[in-house]
Formats: sequence, C-alpha cells, structure tokens
Amino acid sequence: MKARVTVTLKTGVLDPQGKAIESALKSLGVAGVESVRQGKVFDIEIGGSDRSAAEASLKAACEKLLANTVIENYRVEIGA
Amino acid sequence: MLKAAVVTFPGSNREGDVARALRQAGATVVSVWHADTALPAGTHLVVLPGGFSYGDYLRTGAIAGRANIMDATRAHAARGGLVLGICNGFQIACEAGLLPGILMRNAGLKFVCRRQHLTVERADTPYARAYAKGQVLDVCIAHGEGNYVADVETLARLEGEGLVAFRYCEADGQVTAAANPNGSLNNIAGIYSPGLNVLGLMPHPENLIDSLTGGTDGLGMFESLMGRAA
Repeated sequence: MKARVTVTLKTGVLDPQGKAIESALKSLGVAGVESVRQGKVFDIEIGGSDRSAAEASLKAACEKLLANTVIENYRVEIGA
Repeated sequence: MLKAAVVTFPGSNREGDVARALRQAGATVVSVWHADTALPAGTHLVVLPGGFSYGDYLRTGAIAGRANIMDATRAHAARGGLVLGICNGFQIACEAGLLPGILMRNAGLKFVCRRQHLTVERADTPYARAYAKGQVLDVCIAHGEGNYVADVETLARLEGEGLVAFRYCEADGQVTAAANPNGSLNNIAGIYSPGLNVLGLMPHPENLIDSLTGGTDGLGMFESLMGRAA
C-alpha cells in the first residue's frame, strides 16, 4: 500500500523558513499569496493489506520519529 | 577521578575538542560509538558533542536522539548520572526526551558563528560551581538551529523551578533582545533537567579553554565537573 504522511507546524509556532519563502514568492510577483507555512511530506510504501494495521504503524512512526509533537502535527493518508 | 564517555554520532565534529577540554581539566575520557548499547562501566558523565549528526536530516538531532546509545544514556540520566549536550548535543538531548522543548531554525535564518556573552543563571550545579551566579562569560556560538522553543507551561516550569542555566546577554550582563542571537524564548542559551544532572546548551565552552586560542571562560565548566568550586 502507498501511504502519505504530512507533517506541519502547529498554529502559532514561528516558521522563519515559511516567512522567507512567502517573501520570495511576493518578490517574484506571484499574485494572491497571503502566507506560507512550510511542512514535510513522506511517501511510504507499506507491506500487507490490513489498512488499520498500516495506519497504526504509521501513527507510531510519526510519534516515534517523523514528527516532534512539541511543535508539529501529523496526518496519515493510506492510498490503494 | 571523573570518567567521561564522549559519544560520536555519524556527523559529530566536536568530540575531539570536548575530550581535550575534559582531559585538560583532569578527567578520564572514553570514546563511545552511537551504535553501542552500553556505557563503559563507571561512567560519571556522558557527553553529546557538537556537530551535524546525520546531516541534520529530518530535524536537528532527531535521528541521533533515537540511537542505541541514547537508551543507555537515558537510563544513566534516570539514575542521576551526568549528561552534557553541547550545541548539536543539546538538540539531540531534546529529541531524546532528556530535556524539554526543541531548538528551531534561528529567527534570523542565518547560521550564527561568533563570540557571545552569557549570564550564569545559577552556580549551585555540577556544571557551574566554578562560576559565580550572575557572572558574564565570553564564549563562542556556532549554530543554525539554536532558537529554543517550548510551550507556555514548560517555559513557566523551567523559569519557576530555576532550570535556566545560561542566558544570552550583553557584555555588561544585561539580558536584552539585541543580545539574543537566534530568537530563543527568554534568551535561553541552556537548560537543566529538574535534577540538575542533565545540561544542554548551544554555546561551546570547549572552545574557550586556553588563552592561546581566544580565552578561558569555558574552562570553568570542566573545572566544575571535576568538583572544583569557585
């Protein structure tokens, strides 16, 4: 199964990289950009066919390593 | 005799400097590899040195914080053993759960490498007894992710329990926004665990141990660890 884990900064956590990207987009003249927050995406290939077991594994992966829950939220999506 | 275990992770680069500082103060130093599962018998102090472990991949200190040796290091800390994390070692200690909070990208987005003044917030600890409370130290900083962040409750607990070890300050000891090199909350440069046995700090005391190379204000930390008081 293919899975995607998305890790984003919690609301209120200062994101200097997102701010720098935001100002670069504005200076490039990209219309309508109001704010940018930078996150991370992990595309993970996971064995077996039990979706709930896969989801449990991926949540464990997030809690143990992929996200630092002091500052980050995570979301797990399992595809076909 | 203090026995120190200095851990090398893939990408550590300050392990030699901190070992030299410890030896100069009179400690016995043993090198430990990150994949080892046990500390040498009789270890008093575990040092997590500076560097760029795992190329700072994922988050600074994140992968090193899950290395085999960190299980033994957590057990050592839980027994009251000393653990010192410097720069990347502070980041590793936070990621390993030895200290609260996290070090984020510097607010100014630049890697900052320069001399920096610090205040000694308390001197009644194994790491600072050779200093005086309120003393201003002239040390070095070199980091891109030194911006200390913790949630409101954690920050209140650190301040309320007196667990802030050092703060960035002006040469005269004033703690100001202008003296903050990276945006850290409350100008925090280093923090202790509640038992005062774990210390994490961004500055490099091991750089300042010889007047030939810039100063000796870092020496006090290693003298302190040897049990010498001010």
